Amino acid sequence: MRLQIEGSQAVAAAVALCRPEVISCYPITPQTHIVERLSELVRNGKIGSCRFINAESEFGALSILIGASAAGARTYTATASQGLLFMTEAVYNASGLGLPSVMTIGNRAIGAPINIWNDHSDSMALRDAGWIQLHAESNQEAVDLHVQAFRLAETLSCPVMVCMDGFVLTHAYEPVDLPTQEQVDAFLPPYEPVQLLDPDDPMTIGAMVGPEAFAEVRYLTHHTQLRALEEIVTLEAEFLRQFGRASGGLIERYRTEDAETILVALGSVNGTIREVVDELRDAGVAIGSLKIGAYRPFPVGAVREALHPCRRAIVVEKDLALGKGGIVSSDVKMALRGLPVIVQTVIAGLGGRSITKASLFQMINEARAGKLDEPHFLDLDWDVIRKELARRQQRRRSGPTAEHVLRQVNSVASKMV
Amino acid sequence: MVTAAELVAVAAFLDGKYAQAFPSFGSERMGAPVMAFCRISERAIRLREPVMKPDALIIQDPTLLHQVDLFTGLSPSGYLLLNTSQEPHRLGLDDLMARLPAAHIRAVPATEIAFKQTGRPIPNAALIGGLAALTGWVTLESVRKAISQKFPGRVGAANAAAAQAVYEAVRSSRTASERERTHAVAD
Repeated sequence: MRLQIEGSQAVAAAVALCRPEVISCYPITPQTHIVERLSELVRNGKIGSCRFINAESEFGALSILIGASAAGARTYTATASQGLLFMTEAVYNASGLGLPSVMTIGNRAIGAPINIWNDHSDSMALRDAGWIQLHAESNQEAVDLHVQAFRLAETLSCPVMVCMDGFVLTHAYEPVDLPTQEQVDAFLPPYEPVQLLDPDDPMTIGAMVGPEAFAEVRYLTHHTQLRALEEIVTLEAEFLRQFGRASGGLIERYRTEDAETILVALGSVNGTIREVVDELRDAGVAIGSLKIGAYRPFPVGAVREALHPCRRAIVVEKDLALGKGGIVSSDVKMALRGLPVIVQTVIAGLGGRSITKASLFQMINEARAGKLDEPHFLDLDWDVIRKELARRQQRRRSGPTAEHVLRQVNSVASKMV
Repeated sequence: MVTAAELVAVAAFLDGKYAQAFPSFGSERMGAPVMAFCRISERAIRLREPVMKPDALIIQDPTLLHQVDLFTGLSPSGYLLLNTSQEPHRLGLDDLMARLPAAHIRAVPATEIAFKQTGRPIPNAALIGGLAALTGWVTLESVRKAISQKFPGRVGAANAAAAQAVYEAVRSSRTASERERTHAVAD
């Protein structure tokens, strides 16, 4: 059914169609609308006998799912930002134990300074925690990825995060085609666990493993991630067959044929990037874009194949490895090792700053002229930085940075755009 | 406010167009200045940047007129719908009014109209009727349907009636308002 619907409402509906049996959550902006809606659906008996457990914290929420999943239930949660960090220990436990929960991340910046707006700092912080990470470009894709995520998680017995940009997608109303229950049932069979806590067949899950076997157990978790590279492609094809639209997959190319420059990005900014690509193509610029749909496992081979013919890859990423620079660009450089492709890093959209076409045009012009600094910080106000650095130099007790920068930009709260 | 953008998007969707609505992601408290955006297109919408050059602007709270720079980027052929019982030329917007076609600016007391119809001073839904009348981008029928879907039952019916009343107010204000403006300029 095609609806004009808020992203969060659409995702809640999609999760309900996947027939979860235990949902445990702790509300946090910008994920709140998803779990609110799911709690209503459960209360109204719209998700079978599903239990909704409002936990005392994110750590509690995922710990509850670990138990429920080990007892054979299909499990779901959602979080963002500090909430994801707070559940970190359980995040590693879920993947280390091989329990296939699905978790939506409403991607949001991490404090301090506290900020409720979108960037990818949260899911990036846990990129190596053994969860598969899929990024949605639109709310349609967010819906479709959830249907694929349960199947993927349960096929591999590996937990999956579906990442969708907070506010940009979670709070946006756009047209979404919601699948029917019959379609989802045909794609997603009932959960058949590979390990089960069963009183009639007792066993332990969660053994202590010493140096004699830890590396092997870890390697097998890594191996599961590598298997996911194939499984994601298989599911992409099967989804296209059964639902009649393309969604998911490792990567997606856009007008990369003969492209000298290719922009690389995760998530919703790919929409804006495609507008930019179209306008520049119309002006005769050989440019294309590459969307990375699966960030973990990182599709080294597919990225290498897509980018190897170009001269310049510009990675536009909504995160910052403090003390280093780009995170995704490092992965892309690894994928391109040995090839003469220039990889540039553009740190953009931190803490919800809009990534505009105008800024992208200017940045691309600079890159094509060989004048882009590395890493480049899109729309960073260097005047503010210089003034604050100078002020800090003046005396030891210079006070808190955030408050002084806010005073400089003459804002008591955040700018509206 | 956010609801208004949503309702425009749903109305456009019901009219068979593509639409995208999203809030300015501002502070989460009642009374804070808030913006919400809506795009309508014949094609699927991929762009995610905020609307920086609106073709139409709805000002729900006229006390913001001189607090925040609201009109940067408003297209010279753009539309302006103000929620106020004042005539536009009494609001200190002469520069702006000189810039826009006279038929593209309307002031309508949507809060009063909404209060009369719904018993609550919330002009969100009512103003969408005004937008339909001013721009023709969405039909009144779809606006009414979008409102009734969002607020089933009595509340929706009352708000749909408010939207219709504002629609009619904007249509009938056309000639009167233009006359007065011409008159004011002649003075």
